[in-house]
Amino acid sequence: MTAAVQTLVMLSVAVFATVVVLTRDPLHQIIALTPFSISLILLFTVLQAPDVVLSAVVVGMLAWPVMVLLALGKLRRNEVDP
Amino acid sequence: MNARARRGVFLVGAVGVFGYLMWGVAGLNGFGHHTQTALRYANGVVAAASPLRHASNAVTTVVMDVRGVDTAGEELLLLAAIVGMLMVLRKADDEEIVPARLEAPDRVGTGRSRATSVVAVSVAAAVGVLGLYIVAHGQLTPGGGFQGGVVLAAPSILLLIGARHETFERFHYGLAWEIVQAIAVTAFLGVGVAGLIEGRGFLANIVGPGSLGTVYSAGTIALLNVIAGPAVATAVVLAALQIYHQMIEIRRER
Repeated sequence: MTAAVQTLVMLSVAVFATVVVLTRDPLHQIIALTPFSISLILLFTVLQAPDVVLSAVVVGMLAWPVMVLLALGKLRRNEVDP
Repeated sequence: MNARARRGVFLVGAVGVFGYLMWGVAGLNGFGHHTQTALRYANGVVAAASPLRHASNAVTTVVMDVRGVDTAGEELLLLAAIVGMLMVLRKADDEEIVPARLEAPDRVGTGRSRATSVVAVSVAAAVGVLGLYIVAHGQLTPGGGFQGGVVLAAPSILLLIGARHETFERFHYGLAWEIVQAIAVTAFLGVGVAGLIEGRGFLANIVGPGSLGTVYSAGTIALLNVIAGPAVATAVVLAALQIYHQMIEIRRER
């Protein structure tokens, strides 16, 4: 049972990570990032690493997307008024 | 070199790296299994954590006590990373600072949905309290300075998402966060040097173990958690803050 759940979650991480890589537009990539982050959080939970889960929740769901969004906003502004 | 030749070179390298990697993976222990050495180390740590250090969280015992020197390095690495980031993202000579409220006061803070604002701002304080809890109980339950520090940084990012620009700025005067970062890193190393002064080595657990199961236990493990929390939190906030300023206020001079 444990092995089955672990295998399932690991496969989901592999699938969602591939989706992120195959998404070419950075803005769309942030959206693809969310299921990837959730699957990573599930993986750490299944592997009984609650310490890591706490960091992964904030970094994956909040800090990372926001920083990428801000960087994209800066890039877009540079394109509008160079 | 044409595309075909390039692909050929890549394939040779890729096959080599992949084969080497698979060779290494094949030699690993089965998933969830361990070598005798690892088992002995783990047993040693578990035996030390609770009876000797009065810390019920063996993971934090490893991070803050048994391998405290590694964590000190990690702390300095974080400091170096954040200083480098602030330097790279600072205002360059050919850029100017345009205060956001002067340029387009009606545009700043609009464009987000009201639902986003309400959710982000209303949970910010609760998340902050959760962060403090995780930092303070690092020696008892899963968590600690690093994990709790990241959670402590979350309210700032939530305010960045949800609050108006002026409200966000009121809480995020950059220098204050830099001072806290500096004090925290110095305090971390200070605890280490205090161990040296005691004559027991860098980052030795020189504080009494306290009573098992309470917040006041595990000696320097708890102390270092409380120090590392603000250090990590300010590092993450400073990074977010600097990117935010880059986007909102720093412009190229025309």
